[in-house]
Amino acid sequence: MMRALLPLIVFIGLGVALAISLTKDPRRLENTLIDEPFPSFSLSALDNPDEIFTEELVQGQISVVNVWGSWCVTCNVEHPILMDVAKDENIRLIGLNWRDDREKARGWLNKRGDPYDLIVFDPDSELAIPLGVSGAPETFITDKDGRIRYKHSGAISFEDWDTVFLPLLETLEAE
Amino acid sequence: MRVCFLLFFFWVVPAFAQTADPSMAANPALENRAREIGQSLRCVVCQNQSIDESDAPLAQDMRKLVRERLSAGDSNEEIINFMRDKYGDFVLLKPPVQSNTYLLWALPFFLLLGGLVWFVRAGRRPAT
Repeated sequence: MMRALLPLIVFIGLGVALAISLTKDPRRLENTLIDEPFPSFSLSALDNPDEIFTEELVQGQISVVNVWGSWCVTCNVEHPILMDVAKDENIRLIGLNWRDDREKARGWLNKRGDPYDLIVFDPDSELAIPLGVSGAPETFITDKDGRIRYKHSGAISFEDWDTVFLPLLETLEAE
Repeated sequence: MRVCFLLFFFWVVPAFAQTADPSMAANPALENRAREIGQSLRCVVCQNQSIDESDAPLAQDMRKLVRERLSAGDSNEEIINFMRDKYGDFVLLKPPVQSNTYLLWALPFFLLLGGLVWFVRAGRRPAT
């Protein structure tokens, strides 16, 4: 009896294991950087190669750091949400222009509107790799101490903004 | 003769393509270490390729960072741990032996053991 059921038991076991694995997206990386300090860097502003930004940029105030590029298709989808966010004067939105060309990036913004308070230019992933960026768009929230508190991969939806970003920004403000 | 020359030309082009990588470390010993590290790190935007064998832009930048860190005096382990801190265990092509991978590493040995037990028991039973 047991012998006859054995293949069935193995089959069910395998099925359950595979079903669990299917719910996990291997592309969704672990958030190893949460609560870690923002990596140190030294990169120029998108509009001015002589203006140098460092990690001090995210010290002292809460910031939303958005990784984008003019080559990034999903960034088009996210753009209207960022434009909406930009209307809120209290939110500091930093752009991290990743693996892009200054001219193309500026052209992209001129065409669609520039939601960012300032933009860091990172053509060689010097900041993107220490931030564990694997694609664009990706968005980080840093607290007043310059620590990474949240990471979002992919485009932010209005729902994400209202249900995740805004409440977290309020919590950080109260800290 | 002309054919020979042409053949030769096409043969050497791939070799040049390899050395043309501008991110190569100048020192051959460092370059060997860089390649060794590159082969153990996953290109996180590819399908099971290491950063050493991938042409993805992010893999190129990762190779560059590995070489910069080597030149700055970092050990192989320090560089691999740096990447692991940023991208998680996923960036390691060989899964580390730790609590959530014990089953993964032990399973082949269990299967082997189970197979041996089955083999011995089946061998003892008289053939029908």
